[in-house]
Amino acid sequence: MTDTRQTEGTVPLGPDQFTGPTPDNALRDADRDAKASMVAADGTPLKASLARSLRRQKLRALMLVAPLLIFVLVTFIAPIADMLFRSVQNEIVVDTLPRTVAALQDWDYESGEVPGPAVFDAMTRDMMVAVERKEHTRLGSRLNYELTGISSLLRQTGRDVEDIGEVQLDAMVGLDPAWEEPATWAGMLTTPDYREAAAEWAIRADEGGRLFDEPPPRMELAEAAQALPLTADAYTDFARTIGTESQDSALEEEPWPLVYMSLVQDLRQFPAAADAFEGDDGARLAALVEALPTIPEVDTRAAFLEIDEEWADPQVWGTIKAFSPPYTPGYFLSAADLTLTPDGVEAMPEDERIYRTLFLRTIFMSLAITFSCILLGYPVAWLLANLPARQANVLMILVLLPFWTSLLVRTSAWKVLLQQQGVINDILVWLGLVGDANRLVMINNVTGTIIAMTHILLPFMILPLYSVMKTIPPSYVRAAKSLGATDFTAFRRVYFPQSVPGIGAGSILVFILAIGYYITPEIVGGTKGVFISNRIAYHISTSLNWGLAAALGSILLVAVLILYWAYDRIIGIDNVKLGG
Amino acid sequence: MATSTADAATKDAFVAFERVQKSYDGETLVVKDLNLAMPKGEFLTMLGPSGSGKTTCLMMLAGFETATHGEIKLDGQPINNIPPHKRGIGMVFQNYALFPHMTVAENLAFPLEVRKIGKSDREAKIKRALDMVQMGNFGGRRPAQLSGGQQQRIALARALVFEPELVLMDEPLGALDKQLRETLQFEITRLAHDLGITVVYVTHDQTEALTMSDRVAVFDDGRIQQLAPPDELYEAPKNSFVAQFIGENNTLDGKVERIEGDRCAVRLDSGEMIDAKPVNVTEAGQRTRVSIRPERVEIDPELGPDAHTLKAEVLEFIYMGDTFRTRLRVAGQDDFIVKTRNRADQVRLNPGQTVTIGWLPQDCRALDA
Ligand SMILES: Nc1ncnc2c1ncn2[C@@H]1O[C@H](COP(=O)(O)OP(=O)(O)OP(=O)(O)O)[C@@H](O)[C@H]1O
Ligand SMILES: [Mg+2]
Repeated sequence: MTDTRQTEGTVPLGPDQFTGPTPDNALRDADRDAKASMVAADGTPLKASLARSLRRQKLRALMLVAPLLIFVLVTFIAPIADMLFRSVQNEIVVDTLPRTVAALQDWDYESGEVPGPAVFDAMTRDMMVAVERKEHTRLGSRLNYELTGISSLLRQTGRDVEDIGEVQLDAMVGLDPAWEEPATWAGMLTTPDYREAAAEWAIRADEGGRLFDEPPPRMELAEAAQALPLTADAYTDFARTIGTESQDSALEEEPWPLVYMSLVQDLRQFPAAADAFEGDDGARLAALVEALPTIPEVDTRAAFLEIDEEWADPQVWGTIKAFSPPYTPGYFLSAADLTLTPDGVEAMPEDERIYRTLFLRTIFMSLAITFSCILLGYPVAWLLANLPARQANVLMILVLLPFWTSLLVRTSAWKVLLQQQGVINDILVWLGLVGDANRLVMINNVTGTIIAMTHILLPFMILPLYSVMKTIPPSYVRAAKSLGATDFTAFRRVYFPQSVPGIGAGSILVFILAIGYYITPEIVGGTKGVFISNRIAYHISTSLNWGLAAALGSILLVAVLILYWAYDRIIGIDNVKLGG
Repeated sequence: MATSTADAATKDAFVAFERVQKSYDGETLVVKDLNLAMPKGEFLTMLGPSGSGKTTCLMMLAGFETATHGEIKLDGQPINNIPPHKRGIGMVFQNYALFPHMTVAENLAFPLEVRKIGKSDREAKIKRALDMVQMGNFGGRRPAQLSGGQQQRIALARALVFEPELVLMDEPLGALDKQLRETLQFEITRLAHDLGITVVYVTHDQTEALTMSDRVAVFDDGRIQQLAPPDELYEAPKNSFVAQFIGENNTLDGKVERIEGDRCAVRLDSGEMIDAKPVNVTEAGQRTRVSIRPERVEIDPELGPDAHTLKAEVLEFIYMGDTFRTRLRVAGQDDFIVKTRNRADQVRLNPGQTVTIGWLPQDCRALDA
């Protein structure tokens, strides 16, 4: 501690700062040495044994909170993370139409042209698989959020797409009826091991009856199948799909027309592929190659346009391409009244913009509710904190009473009170304050929501305020008055500043509760007084657009966090007290 | 008759309570018939057991409670209807009541601001007040950053900064340790003297009351039991409550046998006779409680031939440095204390020993039973 001084000869040394071996310094050094190598009673270094005992304490503490921690993780953190994820998740397009998405890479929406035959081929294959898996309707509803009409287009196409390969199937079966046999295909394209396993599985399935739920064995492609890439691909999809959808093995099912179509396509492209196969398979394929000229060609593009003219619209393909990435800002754009079109981000049409207004209204109304809660709650909290115990208890019961009645009952009661033929209007008319013809509109609008919500959230303002006010000793106000302050000055400069933490806590509680409330606005809000949360609820339970609901929820969450942050910057979160 | 003398006394008093009564609940009187007159510049202490109504009196004076009956006058003017903030009375609270959200300087500025005193004037006054309590460098701190003693000084400075003529203090030193209390006791008296302010001080620490005050008002049961300078209070308590309450005290119960001028003979309940000075007794046959200070008792006394003495058995001897404390069994009571000075020739008594004790008749006061 003194070695720096040693070098600085100019610094005058005090009597206690002499650095030589004075008795004092020797003692200090000894003390320091002892500290460095302090050992616990069992001989381990003190630091280590302290760390060990602290670790044990921490572990025990962690074990005590573990149940709660797990509960919070499972029921709170995980759903929020899932929601955040859902709001950008968009794998459905690439999962359902993988080939189309790949083929569309080479197509440019800006060109204004319909994509080439490769895209339609890919689309045909994707749609056939999707139809078998019944996935095309889900994709349709997803894309319909972005382009109206695409849902019915996909449904229509789904009904008709199976017919596209039909001609080739018929031609092949006409050539050789063996093509109709599932075993022909399995023998040609799968390994013997798989066939054996599948046969055994089929026997077990027969014996097992209805309770049998073992999945069929996984299909394995034979080596030779690689010579027929499209066929192998289609057959794999076929085998997988019937395996999962109908619990059937490929040995027992006639392949989809898609497989026939693929085989024709493969052989047209690689006539030599037949040589890769032996025996009957090779012969059958060779015969097919011979007969190829007689089998009609399929123009998938023409077939699609025949199913629906819409497929000629680049807008449809542009939308599919725009939403092909696995993650999309689309939901967030929708939540901000924007839309992702193939041309880029655009504003929604005027009459479809609702979310920005809703967000602003939600925030504005929550602020209004918070403010009216402060206004009404402050005097009540003051009374609670300053009345003699007995009256305070009665008042407290009155404050808590709303907690004991059902939310629905309370809200419905407001309906009775506020409606145009309701109690309040009747009284006003009877008093002659308003004419019978122009009764006040106090329900199914902003006013109704603010009144009912203020009533419901008032206790959340009063309780924190009360608990803070309870801790302000009356002597402060007395001191202020004795120092010459009038009642009002004493309140403004001494009492009020000390109650601000209560206002802060109450406001945060009320505001956050209000911003996410939806039952009350739903009942008394009409169309003008609903909150963003009502819209979220609508998307979750009615329109089933969970992605948009998640995006709206995320925006709400971020808005609350920003407000919380702003509050912290302006007032300081330490200034929030719930009591004590 | 009593009221007319009281009127005369309160005529030129600075603070006067006239037959003040106070009840909080309409059933019991917390303050019963309080009469008190204080001249300007006096340091008066209200002393009494807990719940005797001291704070209540102070609050009535400050204006936070209203008297149920009677009148309180300040500088000759009745103040019953003047709100607290217009009374111009400085007040120091037991829990200091410094505003926690303001700095020390802001706390001190508060009474000046509400009086609309200009900024430069204000700063000069704040500085003077802080220097007065030796806290000149603490203006920028918050009350929470101060020790208890420092907070108390600031509270004092705040009560004085607007130069009130009357300052009320309600157990201002109650929460402090002994050493600090003594320092601050001294400082408060010094300031009060230097500034010439009138102080009403509430405490239930009798040493504090005796050392600080010009006069002490002993409260009990909502009444002033005795109002007198400290020495008179200690040496000439008017009744047995005051005698008991102030300082250490031995009591013996008995009956007055006869009264002769300023002497009387009392027959103790155990049968012995003692001499005493009649204070609250007027005729033979009255029951009485005599009170003797432990330091006025003599062991093996050399008194006149007709003086009465008592036999006593030593129960306990305690060495206390400057004094010896001996506990004796006297007249059947075994809590009789004798204090003797530690002198070279002072005998030390042993437990079990039997001695004779006695006292000068004027030191033994026959009070109400
Ligand atoms: N606000 C009140 N309401 C009802 N009773 C009260 C109130 N304040 C005081 N009292 C009662 O009045 C009596 C006197 O109280 P006060 O506070 O004056 O006593 P005190 O002498 O200051 O006691 P302490 O030494 O404990 O402070 C007590 O019996 C108390 O219970
Ligand atoms: Mg008190």
